[in-house]
Amino acid sequence: MDIIVCIKQVPDTTEVKINPETNTLIREGVPSIINPFDENAIEEALRLREKHGGKVTVITMGPPQAKEALKQAIAMGADDVALVSDKAFAGSDTWATSYTLAQTIKKIGRFDIIFCGKQAIDGDTAQVGPGIAEWLNIPQITFAVKVELQGDKIKVERLLEEANEVVEVPLPCMLTVVKQINEPRVSSLKGMMKAKKTEIKTFSAADVDADPLKTGHNGSPTRVVKIFTPPPKGGGEMLCGSTEEMVSSLISRLKERKTI
Amino acid sequence: MGIKILQDKCAGCTLCVKACPFGAIKMETKKAVIDLTACTLCGACVSTCKFNAIELIKEEAKSGTADLSSYKNIWVFIEHHLGEINPVSYELLTEAKKLSEDLKCEVAAVLLGDEKIENGIDELFSYGADKVYLSTHAEFKEYRTAPYTRTITEMIKKFKPEIFLIGATTTGRDLAARLAIRVNAGLTADCTGLSIDPKKKILNQTRPAFGGNIMATIISPNHRPQMATVRPKVFKRIKCQGAGAKVDIIKFDPVINKEDLVVKILGLIKDESIKVNLQEAEIIVSGGRGISDPKNFKMVEELAAVLSGAVGASRATVDAGWISAHHQVGQTGKTVAPKLYIACGISGKIQHLVGMQGSDTIVAINKDPDAPIFKIATYGILGDCLEVIPALTRKIKELRG
Amino acid sequence: MLDYGFKEEHTMIRELVRKIAVEKVMPVRAELDEKEQFPWEILKVLAEADLCGLYIPEEYGGFGQSVLAFCIATEELSRVCGGVGVTFAASALGSTPILIFGTEEQKRKYMPEIAAGKKLAAFGLTEANAGSDASGLETTAVKDGDYYILNGTKQWITNGGEAEIYSVIAMTDKKKGARGATAFIIEKGTPGFDFGKKEKKMGIRCSATRELVFQNCKVHKDQILGKEGMGFIVAMKTLDLTRPGIGAQAVGIAQGALDEAIKYAKERVQFGKPIISIQAVQHMLANMATQIEASRALVYSVAKAIDNGAKDYTKEASMAKLIASDTAMFVTTEAVQIMGGYGYMREYPVEKMMRDAKITQIYEGTNQIQRNQIGLSLIKESARK
Repeated sequence: MDIIVCIKQVPDTTEVKINPETNTLIREGVPSIINPFDENAIEEALRLREKHGGKVTVITMGPPQAKEALKQAIAMGADDVALVSDKAFAGSDTWATSYTLAQTIKKIGRFDIIFCGKQAIDGDTAQVGPGIAEWLNIPQITFAVKVELQGDKIKVERLLEEANEVVEVPLPCMLTVVKQINEPRVSSLKGMMKAKKTEIKTFSAADVDADPLKTGHNGSPTRVVKIFTPPPKGGGEMLCGSTEEMVSSLISRLKERKTI
Repeated sequence: MGIKILQDKCAGCTLCVKACPFGAIKMETKKAVIDLTACTLCGACVSTCKFNAIELIKEEAKSGTADLSSYKNIWVFIEHHLGEINPVSYELLTEAKKLSEDLKCEVAAVLLGDEKIENGIDELFSYGADKVYLSTHAEFKEYRTAPYTRTITEMIKKFKPEIFLIGATTTGRDLAARLAIRVNAGLTADCTGLSIDPKKKILNQTRPAFGGNIMATIISPNHRPQMATVRPKVFKRIKCQGAGAKVDIIKFDPVINKEDLVVKILGLIKDESIKVNLQEAEIIVSGGRGISDPKNFKMVEELAAVLSGAVGASRATVDAGWISAHHQVGQTGKTVAPKLYIACGISGKIQHLVGMQGSDTIVAINKDPDAPIFKIATYGILGDCLEVIPALTRKIKELRG
Repeated sequence: MLDYGFKEEHTMIRELVRKIAVEKVMPVRAELDEKEQFPWEILKVLAEADLCGLYIPEEYGGFGQSVLAFCIATEELSRVCGGVGVTFAASALGSTPILIFGTEEQKRKYMPEIAAGKKLAAFGLTEANAGSDASGLETTAVKDGDYYILNGTKQWITNGGEAEIYSVIAMTDKKKGARGATAFIIEKGTPGFDFGKKEKKMGIRCSATRELVFQNCKVHKDQILGKEGMGFIVAMKTLDLTRPGIGAQAVGIAQGALDEAIKYAKERVQFGKPIISIQAVQHMLANMATQIEASRALVYSVAKAIDNGAKDYTKEASMAKLIASDTAMFVTTEAVQIMGGYGYMREYPVEKMMRDAKITQIYEGTNQIQRNQIGLSLIKESARK
């Protein structure tokens, strides 16, 4: 069983704060982490390997600093990792990113399953996983909450809005996972020692035979034209008095507005 | 395409360093330096520089769609579950209708399903569709990525829509992401605002990024269709007056390959306990960490019950296992816009706010006077949830007899 | 924290344990305390992270026999929860006799499973009438062919009932006094070996404390640690070696309380300003921090000395345990004081820290016994001059 996991290094958005004076993001001191859903993807890959044998390869596209995320993947138990990094990738949107990762997977060669997190917490697009599946022309199963290997097929439960859908898909395929699928393990000491010693393999655009017209800004159909901080909503009315008084004045106001 | 700092103009003021949402600019020997591996060429720095020292070179490569002008009209993907149309599709038809006035074009609904699906068509016209592209086949009864993608791709090739809107549901996101690669289109996820650029006549797509901390406006200038997914409840659905007279249905032959059918749907697990119709609820009472204990969700449930509302929850409580993920409101949960949203013990991290700030009336109960939730609340109650919620429940019970 | 010149692996261990403590222990510590629930889930995480064999040599599946590494891990766990800290540390206490005195065969049999975290160990010395005065032991082991028949009850045994492997001291020859004690390895499930009720404690409430009850419990002579009559030596050498671990536990508890006190003092506004800006509060915090650092420095240096092969460290090990546990009690009490009414409430973690801290002055030799030990060492040293 050859499993490839695609991960992204992201700023911990729960730590991002806005400077109220300049209305800009304060990035100082915001740690870089593995996108949390991608940790679930790594965990699921490791569990499948533990049950059925095989190899887990974790890849990421990003700046050289993204090596740290790959080291953490090794510390969790990944067998192999690769970084694909090139200045030519600057400005990639999900279209170009999925192309680049698909090229990297082709370069790596064999795979039975590709795992991705359902989305990244900085972009929240949920587009790269299905994009990779399209480039590789394999089936995609998104929002997996339960995965069970049955011979050359996988039974997957998908977490939809109102119910879970059970589907069956032949290998090879691409799965994106939700956080409810598992609880990612913490790194092990032996894994951390291994990670420290591992030289991270890095591929350039040329190494993965990436078409310059399909990568980076050139390969990205979308353009960001404006970035702004959402205007703060005006504060409302603070009710005062004792609990009983506050509750009463709330109810009379809601009645006035015909809300209740 | 590229970006550079004009060394002679840079005054070393560091404004751009602060403006960069990606932390890609650093100061070296009192001049700004851009780290191209982190830069996404978003241009946020360009407008902040008072010295015009940052140059964004916008030469476009020739990878776009040929003959852009032949792409016309706005399409909306009609999502349904076994024939029951998802309300987000109506919301998008309403929004498409608005946009079509700026573009002076038509709105078309794209509907795939089995034979029975035709029953739902009238409603589509009443929400603003001028046309319906209909493709029926037994294999279209339930949504599956591959067969839907192939047929819609053929539709796009033949009829060339300029804009294609899809609901940002699990189904819509699954489809849009695959389709955008196949038809070589730009796709913007989870838009909260759409408008037509008055000069260029292209679609401005505004969406939150970085967990809702910033907003970004995105365009797809050289690719067609311009694709966007939009979350349910971001737009309101409004029936058109005098609609329903025109019934223009264009039947499209399904295109299905054997390889598209390898994924088999085995069934649905419908646990009634997970049925939380948050997005349909008119009143939502949500609990956060401030209710101190998972047991206290009972109080939240009771208040919701007397109001005939639904129960929501913050990410923190879901992560802590206090309540199932189906209740989660916010960035990684559901976007809701009820008439009344009561936030109990929710501090109001931006991730939560983006999921509920469209609510008509917001009531916040929190014991921390600095909780950000008060900044967007219509009414704020500073106090302990464990006292306020039962008092509120009691009063409403009295009121309703 | 001061740069103590640690090796990279020690820093790595600290980071890893801190991550586990913050992510896995902190969210459940109040609940574990309230329900007096044994932290099996957390032990599983520690095992998966390879942290159960920090003090065990690599040949037995451990990380390399480092008391310092073990102390760092115990400190970081205790910083978040003293109960989890002692559960982790007590397994080391229970298996150290096997490490020091076990035969190759005994080590091969027991250590790999302990190192892998598959089994817990416990140490059984204390009895109802033999606490600080271990010569009052009443549990007997009577020779019967190739076997020994054990009778008696051990009291307040940490990890009792949860552990699989027990190092137990029993009297084989009462007439010989201290030289009549023998140490045995006894596995859970041995016929005649049972457990008493789980004790209800003031603090460290997620840890399990039970009686070990022996009724005609038949143990093969191969289960003896060292030789017959060496029981007290086994116990004393073990306690010498694990005392810095109790010191580390105490340092952790104290540090956790200081963290909370500082956080609170920065947030709490009285008289229009955060109370941390009040000098009286600053002085309290300064005293707390100073004592913690002094304790930590001593714990680390004793641990390092042991790792470097020091032979005689009984006195310093006692000193480390003494100062660190007194510090833990002092600091947690001050933290409750700084936080006032909030500190006294169970909603905040410092009252639990104060309850947890108290035991560090009592177990593995009360602080009075430590002082005796130090005094005795001083007399011995002066006699040698």
